[in-house]
Amino acid sequence: MVEFFTTTNLGIVLLIIGQCLLVLVPLLVALAFLMYADRKVWAAVQMRRGPNVVGPFGLLQSFADFLKYIVKEIVVPAGADKFVFFLAPMITFVMAVIAWVVIPWNDGWVIADLNVAILYVMAVSSLEVYGVIMGGWASNSKYPFLGSLRSAAQMISYEVSLGLIIIGIIISTGSLNFGDIVAAQDGSFGIFSWYWLPHFPMMFLFFISALAETNRPPFDLPEAESELVAGYQVEYSSTPFLLFMIGELMAVVLMCALVSLLFLGGWLSPIPGLPDGILWLIGKMLFAFFIFAMIKAITPRYRYDQLMRLGWKVFLPMSLFWVVLVSFLAKFELFGGAYARWAVGG
Amino acid sequence: MDELLREYLPIIIFLGLAIGIGLVLILAAAIIAVSNPDPEKVSAYECGFNAFDDARMKFDVRFYLVAILFIIFDLEIAFLFPWAVAFADISMIGFWSMIVFLGVLTIGFAYEWKKGALEWV
Repeated sequence: MVEFFTTTNLGIVLLIIGQCLLVLVPLLVALAFLMYADRKVWAAVQMRRGPNVVGPFGLLQSFADFLKYIVKEIVVPAGADKFVFFLAPMITFVMAVIAWVVIPWNDGWVIADLNVAILYVMAVSSLEVYGVIMGGWASNSKYPFLGSLRSAAQMISYEVSLGLIIIGIIISTGSLNFGDIVAAQDGSFGIFSWYWLPHFPMMFLFFISALAETNRPPFDLPEAESELVAGYQVEYSSTPFLLFMIGELMAVVLMCALVSLLFLGGWLSPIPGLPDGILWLIGKMLFAFFIFAMIKAITPRYRYDQLMRLGWKVFLPMSLFWVVLVSFLAKFELFGGAYARWAVGG
Repeated sequence: MDELLREYLPIIIFLGLAIGIGLVLILAAAIIAVSNPDPEKVSAYECGFNAFDDARMKFDVRFYLVAILFIIFDLEIAFLFPWAVAFADISMIGFWSMIVFLGVLTIGFAYEWKKGALEWV
């Protein structure tokens, strides 16, 4: 039986399909509850109750919403380009989902163990901008068009600093594989061996850039209700809208996973001696998501010129400087090799 | 099975599953939900006005400028990736030449800044 799944072609394909479903199905279910958690945190900060009717404590609210979306009419605007109109939410959804294929959940628990994993995640998540710009263009309506332009410019601006921050991590590790990056953070000091300490300012920069990259508040300018109604999503209804929403939330959770893997030690336990495992990774991701939700609740929205200024005049010079600094610290193995993990043996 | 194929096959299968889920969702609404379009419902949303010209209009050139700047810096990052991966094995010449490259790029960035390409007002 085991032989069938490891040697024959059909067996390997079936095994991979099984693994994919094992990641995809719990992920989608978890997403429903994260959506609920997001709304509950938001409500709690504003001293409201939040969703509390469907199921115990409103826990099944997202599933009720899901059914509602499916029975709603798909309205296609009169001047819309029909093919591109439906292609756009598909791209957003698919690109957000397939990045998860290289995310490891525990030591070796990964579907595709690529040696270019982080490059793949960067490439796929940058393709998401096409969904936004196609959605805005295909609707043939003014608000979506302006919203998609803003959104696209914002996403590509912050991608530059995200990329540079990741370069710093790679210089320290010498590998693009997530397994190697986490292994490099495994040290005798537990939580103090992780990359958040040597790359301390960059963790915050990465987190804020992730907020802008995923169009979350305080950088939710494409959805600035007071000026652009809902940005590129204005003309969308029913399940195409649902796909946009799942795609966005999926990208947020992906950013939580990246923060956990790159800076917070992935599945490593914070206290030396305790067993490592998937629960640590999930805990760190939930923590990151909680911060995302809190930021959404407590910050006011940026103005567009402030957003661009922050991206190009503050984050880009800082992350560029940090790459040079890290490369010097790593090359000359300063601070006991904290920046040159390949040299001190992880 | 080939080693390269074994590494990249999961991506193809995952892509197929994701496309499948997306298509099923769109088709589900297309089949289950009623479809009852009328001219008012399918007109473009413009706060109650009738749309008075084509929405695909001229837009600000600064968006274009941002895209060009993005290409410059993203290419630079793509150039940095192999250097960063091979960092441990790189000689002093390789190290310093990249530092010089980054220096040249920083001069270009400072020039852009001075010229006002990054101003958004």
